[in-house]
Amino acid sequence: MTTVYIGSGAGFAGDRIDAGVAVVETLKQRDGPRYLIYEVMGERTLAMAQRIKMDDPDLGYSPYLERYLPRVLEACAEHGVRIVANLGNANPVAGAKRVHQIAEDLGVEGLRVAVVHGDNLLEFMTADEIAAIPTIEGISIAGKELVAANAYLGARPVAAALALDVDVVLVGRTTDAALVLGPLIHEFGWAEDDWAHLAAGTLAGHLLECGGQVTGGYFCDPGFKDVPGMDDLGFPIAEIKGSGDFVITKAENTGGLVTKATVTEQILYEVHDPAAYLTPDVSLDITGVTLEDAGENRIAVRGAQGKPPPETLKATISADGGWLGESELTYAGPNALARARLAADIVKARCERNGVAELMRVEVIGTGAVFDNDASERQRGTNMPKDGEFRLRAAVRTNDKDIAQYVNDEVLSLFCSGPAAGGGYRCSITGQVNTASILVPRGPVEAHTRTEEILP
Amino acid sequence: MSTSVTVPLHAVAHGRAGDKGNRSNISVIPYKPETYPHLREQVTEAKILELFRHKGATAVTRYDLPNLQALNFVIDNVLEGGVNSALSQDLHGKTLSFLLLGEIEVTVPRTCIPEESPYL
Repeated sequence: MTTVYIGSGAGFAGDRIDAGVAVVETLKQRDGPRYLIYEVMGERTLAMAQRIKMDDPDLGYSPYLERYLPRVLEACAEHGVRIVANLGNANPVAGAKRVHQIAEDLGVEGLRVAVVHGDNLLEFMTADEIAAIPTIEGISIAGKELVAANAYLGARPVAAALALDVDVVLVGRTTDAALVLGPLIHEFGWAEDDWAHLAAGTLAGHLLECGGQVTGGYFCDPGFKDVPGMDDLGFPIAEIKGSGDFVITKAENTGGLVTKATVTEQILYEVHDPAAYLTPDVSLDITGVTLEDAGENRIAVRGAQGKPPPETLKATISADGGWLGESELTYAGPNALARARLAADIVKARCERNGVAELMRVEVIGTGAVFDNDASERQRGTNMPKDGEFRLRAAVRTNDKDIAQYVNDEVLSLFCSGPAAGGGYRCSITGQVNTASILVPRGPVEAHTRTEEILP
Repeated sequence: MSTSVTVPLHAVAHGRAGDKGNRSNISVIPYKPETYPHLREQVTEAKILELFRHKGATAVTRYDLPNLQALNFVIDNVLEGGVNSALSQDLHGKTLSFLLLGEIEVTVPRTCIPEESPYL
């Protein structure tokens, strides 16, 4: 009975550059179909990549392509480990060409690369048509210029790209789970209405899509949930049978751990109704899922159920979101809390007096600020230690970059005009992207979804 | 008969927060199976809504997953607008799981606390 081995090399843009290396080292010792996935897309990364592509049509793929693939491409090609990744971002074709260049630099010959087209709604819908669709999530971007509009494609086009017999598949916006379900559909031939199997493959994808989050990363709580070797966290590998039953394990000779607890945390990550986790391929129901110990760092997962997916596809639309200004200054030692709070009052008073109309947040880090609201209401009445180390933080969102600069400068001016001994000023002004979700009919998107092999 | 203790949820359970838009989901997973019925009884939607009301939370739905011995709380409008408009350091509300684990208290048999726990 065939077992398909799928490992994860990254769970977000910014994940460890070398995590995939140990995964490939393990995969190359296995027999049977083997895949390495990289999941690096977020709603905002796509919009930013779209802007970059507009400036330079040879860019717009994920910059992490350059960081991850050179470390694994040679071993993957030599051992037949196929790579499926959304490193294509806003420009999979340019990404595929870059993969060919990397292969050439490494002396890897005959590498074949395919891409999936069709997630970019702006290629076949007008901005007005898209803007007319009501949003289901996020803020209204009516009247703003659309930066990006991308539908979440499912696993079918990923499977179709693999059927071209390529070594690497680069996609843009698909569901994260499609990076895993696509290879499984390709290997096992699961039909479009084979809900139970599609559900199992989607669950495997959901467990792999965040990389080390299922192997002890984002889990470790020293003294309570200890995880060995966090500085060499082993990334996950799923071993999937044609029955849909699978085992979650991890790369050999690495840190981290796989237990029922690590798997349970990741199963529920970003899940709302556990009976209806909606994807373009299947509506996944995890309420019947059971976990079983299957050896050291091995958890067997069974019991995913599936129902038909929604008639519509979810899409993310993005528009310019102005600027976020942030600035910070530290107070420490005796009476530090009072000095930090006075600094906050000064900044608020001066911004108000000088006409900053935008909502601001001026808070004191060290007082539970991250759990509080914009008005710092939660910490009132709590008994904070007066001494210690506290950090003033001011934040403002604005469409006027000068206002962000002005607020930052008010924090900076505390150096000479504020309470005693503030130090360690840092500030940033970052461009923002606003996003919203819409539902689009499947027909037009699927009519424009296609795969293409990209030659060197 | 084991003596009961009142402890923060953190002594007997773990969890993780995830975000979608302006909505957060926070899982609560007991370390020991015998703790699960106590959590179902005591960690109510109303308590979680009260805990997050200052953040703007408007509704809480609890999903029970007995097979996985877990609870999943979905908290509406708790992220101050989320990545689009929040001014918090943590736009995704990723830290909020530990606000829940630290602030919600449960009364459970002492044996619900794992043997190696610093709470003992």
